[in-house]
Amino acid sequence: MPMTSKFAGTALINHITAIIQRTGHRTIDSIWRLGCASHFILLVLLKSMASFARPRLIIREIYYAGVMSLVIILVSGLFVGLVLGLQGYETLQKFGSESAVGTLVALSLVRELGPVIAGLLFASRAGSAMTAEIGLMKATEQLSAMGMMAVDPIARVVAPKFWAGIFSMPLLAAMFSVMGVFGGYLVTVVVIGVDEGSFWSQMQSAVDFRYDIVNGVIKSCCFGVVITAIAVFEGFDAPPTAVGVSGATTRTVVTSSLAILGLDFVLTAFMFRGVA
Amino acid sequence: MQRTVMDFWVGVFVMIGIGALLILGMKVGNLTSYQSGDSYTLLGNFENIGGLKIRAPVKSAGVVVGRVTNIEFSLETYDAVVTLSISNRYRFPKDTFASILTSGLLGEQYIGLLPGGDEAMLENGERFMKTNPAVVLEEMIGRFLFDKAAGE
Repeated sequence: MPMTSKFAGTALINHITAIIQRTGHRTIDSIWRLGCASHFILLVLLKSMASFARPRLIIREIYYAGVMSLVIILVSGLFVGLVLGLQGYETLQKFGSESAVGTLVALSLVRELGPVIAGLLFASRAGSAMTAEIGLMKATEQLSAMGMMAVDPIARVVAPKFWAGIFSMPLLAAMFSVMGVFGGYLVTVVVIGVDEGSFWSQMQSAVDFRYDIVNGVIKSCCFGVVITAIAVFEGFDAPPTAVGVSGATTRTVVTSSLAILGLDFVLTAFMFRGVA
Repeated sequence: MQRTVMDFWVGVFVMIGIGALLILGMKVGNLTSYQSGDSYTLLGNFENIGGLKIRAPVKSAGVVVGRVTNIEFSLETYDAVVTLSISNRYRFPKDTFASILTSGLLGEQYIGLLPGGDEAMLENGERFMKTNPAVVLEEMIGRFLFDKAAGE
């Protein structure tokens, strides 16, 4: 009897130790990975001068990251605007202030929805493609081959993608917002018949250029940096197997989506605090 | 992909993007009526500002002539000191009447300026002589009930 209880006690202690060890291992692992990522991004920044000297590479990446995302951004912007217009009208009409729909649509798009949804779409459309391309180049040893030919793969492949993403993101977010406002205009003014003059004038008196629009652009720039940093790091860090590349692509989309939402909260708390 | 085709589409992309930013500034925002730098400040002491907020418009005859840039409580006079930033294009006489008004029944509050007949104009940093506080609905109802009771 005492023997078994002593045995059970040791098993319990072993079990608890294992749990603690696993937690510790995971913590150290994630911190190590974060350090790796920071080091990698620093490396990309240091080597970007070489890629600025060859703007062709950046233009090619802007084509794949920005131009190819145009359709999805424009169409979803339009539909988000249409829905915002419908729902906003539905609620505001109860208070007899349906001319404020323009303000509602414009402010929610310019401040929040434009940068955030454009960022989420950009992460899943362009970010995943960047990760897959870099990961596959690594898996097929193209990156090592570049290194053998004294071509720095970070300067040649990674840095142009990084800068193209940062450049494209604010433009895409602005297009998203404009399409959304146009969608709101379509549904409230053209379809429902809210007065056009008050729609635009209320919007213009409520939306401040420096406070709302510039802050929205700053937000989308931040998202661009975060998305492309995550995408290129995951691609470069992917295990050189088919499963590894697919896992890295998934991680890019999940991590950057969560990062966008979290960062958006922090940025909003700093930008739009205190003033009505 | 041919180089010229790619250049063309990237050019289109950048132009649409810049166009979108311009539309945001001009059509959605108030960049067209935005004056940076060329404005002067006036101060006004108000007994009660009601729901007036920073960035609220300052209107004269319904035209926006400036914005509220700061609101603070004065410990010397125990009232609210409102700082207004008025566009340089507009000048107001010394005896201009500043009052806090509401657009519509539930609308936002703004400052209305009613110019007087004085020859001298208000200069940068000067105060309005006459101000009218915001109408507080509760006070008005209270006064109405009080008058009613006194009349009976």
